[in-house]
Amino acid sequence: MKEERILLAHGSGGLMSQQLIDEVFKKAWSNVFLDDMLDGALLELPAGKVAVSTDSFVITPLFFPGGDIGKLSICGTVNDLVACGARPLYLSTAFIIEEGLPVGDLEKIVASMADTAAQAGVKLVTGDTKVVERGSADGLFINTTGIGVIPEGIHYHPQRIQAGDRVIVTGNVGDHGLAILARREGLSFQTPVISDCAPLYEIGKKMEGFGGEVRCLRDPTRGGLATVLNELAQQSALGIHVREEDIPVSPVVRGACDMLGMDPLYMANEGKMVIFVSSQAAPEVVKELRQIPECAQASIIGEVVSEPRGLVLIETELGADRILATLEGEHVPRIC
Amino acid sequence: MASEREYKETLLKEILSETLPVALMEVCGTHTMAIARSGIRSLLPANLKLLSGPGCPVCVTAQGDIDTVIELAERPEVTLVTFGDMLRVPGSESSLQEARSRGADIRVAYSPLDALEIARHNPERQVVFLGIGFETTAPAVAVCIDQAREEGIANFSVLSLHKVVPPALEALFSDPEIRVDGLICPGHVSIVTGLEPYQELAGRYGKPCVVTGFEAVDILEGIVMLLRQLRQGEARAEIQYQRVVRSQGNPIARELIDRVFQTSEVRWRGLGTIPDSGLQLRPAYRHLDAYQRFNLQPKEDRPIKGCACGDVLMGKVTPHQCKLFGKACTPLNPVGPCMVSHEGACAAYYRYTPISAESGVKE
Amino acid sequence: MCLGVPARVMEIFADKTAHADVDGNKVKISVKLTPQVKVGEYVLVHAGFAMDVIDESLAHETMSLLKEIQAYGQ
Repeated sequence: MKEERILLAHGSGGLMSQQLIDEVFKKAWSNVFLDDMLDGALLELPAGKVAVSTDSFVITPLFFPGGDIGKLSICGTVNDLVACGARPLYLSTAFIIEEGLPVGDLEKIVASMADTAAQAGVKLVTGDTKVVERGSADGLFINTTGIGVIPEGIHYHPQRIQAGDRVIVTGNVGDHGLAILARREGLSFQTPVISDCAPLYEIGKKMEGFGGEVRCLRDPTRGGLATVLNELAQQSALGIHVREEDIPVSPVVRGACDMLGMDPLYMANEGKMVIFVSSQAAPEVVKELRQIPECAQASIIGEVVSEPRGLVLIETELGADRILATLEGEHVPRIC
Repeated sequence: MASEREYKETLLKEILSETLPVALMEVCGTHTMAIARSGIRSLLPANLKLLSGPGCPVCVTAQGDIDTVIELAERPEVTLVTFGDMLRVPGSESSLQEARSRGADIRVAYSPLDALEIARHNPERQVVFLGIGFETTAPAVAVCIDQAREEGIANFSVLSLHKVVPPALEALFSDPEIRVDGLICPGHVSIVTGLEPYQELAGRYGKPCVVTGFEAVDILEGIVMLLRQLRQGEARAEIQYQRVVRSQGNPIARELIDRVFQTSEVRWRGLGTIPDSGLQLRPAYRHLDAYQRFNLQPKEDRPIKGCACGDVLMGKVTPHQCKLFGKACTPLNPVGPCMVSHEGACAAYYRYTPISAESGVKE
Repeated sequence: MCLGVPARVMEIFADKTAHADVDGNKVKISVKLTPQVKVGEYVLVHAGFAMDVIDESLAHETMSLLKEIQAYGQ
């Protein structure tokens, strides 16, 4: 294909669509399922419960320090499957491309998805492409839907959480949110912080070894750690008590947040997991996690309590407890 | 740091040893946040009250003024640039964030300098910066106004809703019903004003005033210094936040405010009008004044009956005693500044209220 | 209205803007309110402006009150 930019014709189903699929997608992703070019993928799954997860990605800018929308689209769905307790196996991808997107950008994104998928051990087996008029999509929207299989004996669910369980976070929080924020137009600051975007299948594998001692996993994406903790407090009908000084935040992120009036606990993460485990297994779990490079700062940040139900309390540097609320409205830079 | 922990414990012990009933007020939105974040209130004895005053410039922005801003932002040629804090503040029917969802070009900036940049890069747009803030922020906006004039940036203007702190303090303290024994003075406003306004206040009303920083240890120190003055029957203005605040303030910043702005009588949400408490652009700068450029007419407030913010801000009633608290006025649908601010007295109280029966979570 | 952080001034330009470091983040600020500031000094930054130069010698000030309290005999 000779075009430098995606045209509406690339989405109309004819020759140009075929060219786009052959020369951009199939070239980067060739595998036995995709190459057949059927209307869907015919899969044989190992025995066990099947987990399905879907996510759409609309991030701007498309390329950011630490990743791009393609990498994010693989990691996001892979990590949701990991949080379900599943071994991620196959992903479908759907693209909504804005007319005018440079083909070179699309190729980079597609290549990034191939790399990330290979890293995560998943295959991209079927997909769809549409092109919409200029102005109807921020360059590119991607949806990925993933399938995984849950091994025997693994059952992660908020209802399995018990009072006394420990809460672990697998590393520094706030990195992704800050990396994206810094790229926004109108903010005159530069940060060395990059997105923590990463597939977390290794975490899933390690947690399998702990069987029923692990109660629940969840990834703290939009809304940050605070929002996810509140979700789980509500869904488990228990309380969560964390200590501010135990929550890992890098000094660079803290400094930037202090300046902008933002809170790292509400900033998005794309390469972290929150894990609820029994108190007995917790120290060993942290030790195992820290063997994974992305989890070098894995820490126990608190515990589950029977009261106050549905609320998250955070112990401050003065030793006082206050409520850690869920995110209300948008999280924006402030002066006050 | 073991020694810093010991130090905080020593300060706390000192505070907890106070048996007399004392009410201290802080008048800075950032102090309200810092105090709430530190959890210090839950550690204080029952006789020691920390009240949250009208110190958040965002929260005291009048409802009618928000309506004016929204109307301006809805003009197709206007790009409104604002601090993030302003998005949620309620007007009579809407807010900036709602206006944005309906298509108004509203952008969040960290600094007024960013607004100037936007104006330079978008010459076809009328870029209006929403000036909110007290003496800490006003000089920054004044610099930008000067800069725009120097560079001849014709598509830039400022809608000033700036206010100054001392007249509000005067209004508070001159009310005979006020029940405040000492003042935790704003740390960063004081970088500009210096100690003088608080010296006058302390002298006239006999209340100790301590300019305090924002770390937990700063707040503890500030409280200790106030308690010590009270115990000794003193009423002075002093600085806890010495690493940042000088008693003479920043004369360059003050001169700039004075050059670009003049004071005016303006409305404070919850408190009513206070003379000489607002900053409007001087006639020499009228071509950069959004009120003049767009011929904006002031809008009346449509106050909601039952809002007790004025009394809450004075320390006369608690949030629970306000008829609207938790019903017509909640953090998601705030009415007055005490709820608009995430950590205002009412918003803070609300969060400590057990979750309602609807969600099925036990109290 | 009061959010401000200490920043180290790294480079000052002719137009009275500067690059400052906040815990490893690089910020572009105006030093028009603190024309006397020198490279290497710390300033308090609010809304993109240096508000005043921070006196580092007084950064250890917080410890001095402890001594006073102890001397007071609590």
